Amino acid sequence: MSESTPEPLPPVAANDTAAQPAAGRSGLDGGTAGEVLLSIQGLSKSFGSVRANRDISLEVRRGEIVALLGENGAGKSTLVNQIFGLITPDSGTVSIQGDAAKIRDPKDAIARGIGMVHQHFQLVPVMTVAENMMLGHETTRGGGFLDLEAARSMVRELSAKHGLAVDPDAEVDDLPVGSQQRVEILKALSRKADLLILDEPTAVLTPQETDELLGVMKDLARSGTSIVFITHKLREVLAVADRVYVLRQGAVVGEVATAATDARRLATMMVGREVVLSIEKAPATPGEAVLEIEDLRVQDDRELVAVNGFSLTVRAGEIVGVAGVEGNGQRELVEALAGMRKVVSGRVTLGELDLTRANPHRTHHAGVGHIPEDREKHGLVGTYSIADNLVLNEFDQEPFARRGVRQFAAVRENAETLREEFDIRSSGVMQTAGSLSGGNKQKVVVAREMSFRPRLLMAAQPTRGVDVGSIEFIHRRIVEARDAGAAVLLVSAELDEILSLSDRIAVVHGGAVVAEMDAQDADRTEIGRLMAGDH
Amino acid sequence: MGTWVQKNRTTVVLAVVVVVAAYVFYYAKNDIAPSMFGAAWDYAIPLVLAALVGVIGERSGVVNIGIEGQMLLAAFAGFFSAAATGSMVVGILAGIGTGLLAGGFLAWTTVRWRMDQIIAGVVLNIIATGITSFYLKSGEILPGVIPNLRVPLLADIPLLGEVFFSGRSWIASVAIVAAIGVHLMLFHTRWGLRTRAVGEYPSAADTAGINVERLRMINVTVAGSLAGLAGVYLSMDASSSFERDMTAGRGFLALAIMIMGAWRPLRAMAMAVFFGFVNAVASQLQQTGGFSVPPQLTGTLPYVAVLVVLAVAAGRVRPPGAVGQPYVKKDQ
Repeated sequence: MSESTPEPLPPVAANDTAAQPAAGRSGLDGGTAGEVLLSIQGLSKSFGSVRANRDISLEVRRGEIVALLGENGAGKSTLVNQIFGLITPDSGTVSIQGDAAKIRDPKDAIARGIGMVHQHFQLVPVMTVAENMMLGHETTRGGGFLDLEAARSMVRELSAKHGLAVDPDAEVDDLPVGSQQRVEILKALSRKADLLILDEPTAVLTPQETDELLGVMKDLARSGTSIVFITHKLREVLAVADRVYVLRQGAVVGEVATAATDARRLATMMVGREVVLSIEKAPATPGEAVLEIEDLRVQDDRELVAVNGFSLTVRAGEIVGVAGVEGNGQRELVEALAGMRKVVSGRVTLGELDLTRANPHRTHHAGVGHIPEDREKHGLVGTYSIADNLVLNEFDQEPFARRGVRQFAAVRENAETLREEFDIRSSGVMQTAGSLSGGNKQKVVVAREMSFRPRLLMAAQPTRGVDVGSIEFIHRRIVEARDAGAAVLLVSAELDEILSLSDRIAVVHGGAVVAEMDAQDADRTEIGRLMAGDH
Repeated sequence: MGTWVQKNRTTVVLAVVVVVAAYVFYYAKNDIAPSMFGAAWDYAIPLVLAALVGVIGERSGVVNIGIEGQMLLAAFAGFFSAAATGSMVVGILAGIGTGLLAGGFLAWTTVRWRMDQIIAGVVLNIIATGITSFYLKSGEILPGVIPNLRVPLLADIPLLGEVFFSGRSWIASVAIVAAIGVHLMLFHTRWGLRTRAVGEYPSAADTAGINVERLRMINVTVAGSLAGLAGVYLSMDASSSFERDMTAGRGFLALAIMIMGAWRPLRAMAMAVFFGFVNAVASQLQQTGGFSVPPQLTGTLPYVAVLVVLAVAAGRVRPPGAVGQPYVKKDQ
């Protein structure tokens, strides 16, 4: 009685040129034929007892796009930080165009034609685009006085040349993430980078922005820039990269041309075992309505209307996916439902309970499990142990406390059980949650929010920044919760995630539901169109 | 120019209102107004210098709670060096040099050793109080006075010329020049761009090839010279004696003024003058009496004013993003 969902790895439709399948273009490009630009030999780096990189060797040719694929903690960032001079290798050499001189700091790296776009953007938020672009190599009008006009025209010139539109006078703070990333790329290009390193560039982007970026990457490679691209998303690797290095536990475990591989084989290499990429799930058997949202209005932090007349019903035993470009009120919606944000008007009911004005404490005890979007900020206390984090919302209840006194044995036992059940990889349950990898942190949150068998499970971006192995695990758990009778509200910016998990899909735009459909009838392009506000 | 006025409309309107009010008051109450304005500026001079120390430090990402101690040490060193050598110049240089040294101490402990910035500042203050009380000698006198400076042309402007450009020592003029200079440097030069980057988002500066640690060290140290000059002003210009704890909390007031001025040098100077004026009003109230308000209460007026302005300013102004956080590179 099982039915497979649509294959979640179609080629990316970036733009017209990018729409062709990856396999078709790889052989044509001059990339593989170019001279070797970057050559790494036997690179190793340890932090304490952790061997972050072991004996890594790789090559990047001119005009080539090379993907570094690996799970969180595989050592990808450590590797590129050594190329950029942010981390000094313990042993091994990094040579740029045959020059193996040591790269001491970012200044050195920039001087030798390496540009890097960091996962956390290295932009000063309160400064303008032009100011950020000139920082570190300012043009002056003599006497150290800045020549802002020169910086502005440099931005305009570069942005026209590479088709990356940005306003030089916009303050970085006010720009959407996609534009901030464009500024980062332009910044690297303005330093005449031959080699561009992109550290998980798509982790923060919407599907549209991702497609745009992939298009930009191809254009850059065509004009001779080499690109090293870190990711753990297989679809992107197959869409843009010429070759892939797969890293696991700090070592290169494979190197293949993308033309000669596929998603399944890459995933297996990356995780070291077979991975189920598409979730197998039985058709939903929805029961009575659990969550009812009626005409909800919520404001964002700037007191602007973010959720604007949102209505939706989620029934027991079904997963309703909320699809939408980020910033269309999803965050405010989830926060309002969790009791973290004030509701301006409308009604939220959970079965017979009115939760419109409830606080997080009450929503939890009413049976709402909440996997928050920002796990570092709202999901965990980084300095607490895993065990304490697993009882954050129940610590004062039996059996974890008796007459106001905490019962450490019970807390510990609970943690041991959940660690086993949810495959939380750690040295023990007393390890601090902050020291875990992204995927394992998320498993702690998921374990806590699912272990009390919630009537409603709200999952906001449940697999953001999480490795493939953990994604598979978390997705399976969400489906299991549904099968056990929970109503599930899934909010995600990953359209693939929505498509593969949901039974019903609600598309949001401008803070309201613009379309609702059965997942079976859902069409990727149609949803993309609705998300963009075309309805 | 048009856009500048548009962007700073509130500031421009406020400035015009204040200047007009000041002139009206000046001509309407010609008996007390000139001396009140003079007293206001006298009081504001060291606060301007000290607030600039705070601005430079915090714009670079370093909280300087030790301005009080820097000033006190400089006031002490300046006064006693001058008395011992019989040279005002030596005294002034000793004061400024002491400010630099104290700034260097703070830079070294907080930036190089990454000591907690608040604690390092408190330590500096305690050291300053201790040293200056212990080595304090009475009966010393200064060999001379710091000469007054009359700025040509500007001194002839009614009210403004009288208060800001004549009848005061060159330290007063330096305070004005320093405020304008720091403003220009902070917002229009390479140094300023880098300093603000280092104080807002140091890793962005680092990845752009800027040495975060070195820039912070230099800024905090060099800013110490302004604290030194403020100390010199207190013991060698405003008065001609050194007294125990003569800074009397001015270093902390300067930090409040820095916040009220939104970490901007010129606004901080305006706030220092405003604070000086409230102080002058308070002492005027004490002198004229008339009210049945005890002088202890009118004396609190300036501090009440600070509280009110800070309460209004809080939430509207935002400190530099990385203030108070030592910068640790990935590799360390």
